[in-house]
Amino acid sequence: MFGQEFEKKVDHLVTLYPRPQAALLPVLWEIQKANGWIDGECEKWAGQRLGVSAAHVHGVVTFYTMYKQRPTGKYHIQLCTTLSCMLRGSDDLLVHLKKKLDIDVGEVTPDGKFSLARVECLGSCGTAPMFQLNDDFHEDLTIDKVDQLLDSLD
Amino acid sequence: MEKILTRNVHKENSETIEVYEAGGGYETYRKTIGSVAPADVTEQVKKSGLRGRGGAGFPCGLKWTFMPKEKTKPHYLLVNADESEPGTFKDRLLIEEDPHQVIEGSMLSAYAMNADACYIYIRGEFVRPAEILQRAVEEAYAKGYAGKKICGSDWSCELVVHRGAGAYICGEETALMTSLEGDRGYPRNKPPFPAQAGFFGCPTTINNVETLACVTYILERGAEWFASIGPDERNTGPKLYALSGHVKRPGVYEAPMGLPLQDLIYDLGGGMLHDDRPLKACIPGGSSVPVLTADECNVNLDFDSLSKIGTGLGSAGVMIMDSSTCMVNALHRIAYFYDHESCGQCTPCRQGTGWMRRILERIENGQGRDGDIDLLKNVADNIESNTICALGDAAAWPVQSFVKKFRDEFQAHVDAGKCTVLTNA
Repeated sequence: MFGQEFEKKVDHLVTLYPRPQAALLPVLWEIQKANGWIDGECEKWAGQRLGVSAAHVHGVVTFYTMYKQRPTGKYHIQLCTTLSCMLRGSDDLLVHLKKKLDIDVGEVTPDGKFSLARVECLGSCGTAPMFQLNDDFHEDLTIDKVDQLLDSLD
Repeated sequence: MEKILTRNVHKENSETIEVYEAGGGYETYRKTIGSVAPADVTEQVKKSGLRGRGGAGFPCGLKWTFMPKEKTKPHYLLVNADESEPGTFKDRLLIEEDPHQVIEGSMLSAYAMNADACYIYIRGEFVRPAEILQRAVEEAYAKGYAGKKICGSDWSCELVVHRGAGAYICGEETALMTSLEGDRGYPRNKPPFPAQAGFFGCPTTINNVETLACVTYILERGAEWFASIGPDERNTGPKLYALSGHVKRPGVYEAPMGLPLQDLIYDLGGGMLHDDRPLKACIPGGSSVPVLTADECNVNLDFDSLSKIGTGLGSAGVMIMDSSTCMVNALHRIAYFYDHESCGQCTPCRQGTGWMRRILERIENGQGRDGDIDLLKNVADNIESNTICALGDAAAWPVQSFVKKFRDEFQAHVDAGKCTVLTNA
């Protein structure tokens, strides 16, 4: 579907489990990496490859928060606002991010550069407040640090 | 106390097998595999008094004995690295800083249960930790510590890192199995217990990362040594405490089981964040356990001391709140979390978590009604014990305890139609 490298990777993933369907989560990760997000066509393909229905795949994609059902910005910001982060000022960061990016939670900036999500505890409570920017955690954040970081991105 | 689980933390290149082995890593593994009977490994772990570090505190060795002695189907060990309990960030430290310690403990445990494969289920958001772990697994394979005929013995066991994709519920052991099978992470009824019918119907044991990391030291230094750490034989071993909230030095601290909470806050944690804002409340074991008032915080952090005063050690995620904290706001965040994370299988939890969140939202927004506080308690009481898994209880306990212990503050919110704490802070 996404070239030979991708197919090889999927073939390998299937060998790691007693049944092919167990490879669904890792295969969806590979699809998301290749495609940016997961659409109906991808779900159908994954179902056929692993011997489960497209409805099953859709159920899985919609259950987990990290599978993207639509494209996000080039830089996807996931701000934690659960208790420990809230106690250390995540609400102020949320207000600031919305204002700075001029978008609400769940939206993408018109140029497609940034998107903003409010997420639940990311297991980084000792270095709160924090957000995840694409794959990386950014911890002990202040408004100044957020500005510096976001302004430095292309 | 000598550092055990965190001894390699912040060493240069601590995540590599070279550094781990230079410090004596995998020595216990090589001495044990093929030489010590698996049942003897289990016996040692039983004698050590090790209890699960994930939240429930179940005796680890006893859990292992539930696995069938005779093998008619493949056996599996699933490592629960789905660390998602709010306030908890200890397993992440072990994985990032010392992944081979996690692997050695896990594979020794897999050997004890005669497992054919060991899957490490790590939460999806931990992208970098998963990469570190994956590299460590490849290093372990290259040394013959995983795969076929391990360390020249007859025992073969595959070791696989499996990433979740964002769902708190998958840290619940039966939901973790369902998720690993490529499905929505729905918990299952017990019985059958995982050791009878687990991953794809095969005998399975699920243990937390920190629990498994302890196993190497139990075998290396003896069950008696492990049991000698901590207040009594039911609360043993070194323990990681994850401290967060309103303290000067939040972070992960290793200390003996039974560390006084006061020492954690005022000594290790450097005291309250603002000197003019005293301690108001503490959640000692991740957001699922009942809250403690400041007066109740003269307690030791172990399973039995905390359960005696009506809360729990849980995952030892200790969250500190000072006098500026609005308890309605704090509880609203917790309720929001459980509403978001309920898997939706059981009606009391699916409906109740949303209902509690909405009541708290209106109290928080100054639109609380007469009777709302009793209604909140009523909804929580009707969720508790009425669901397949413990998420329902985890959603109910904070609500019950906050309302009971800080009722005046909730009432003041309803009466004044606004927050009376934040305006006074």
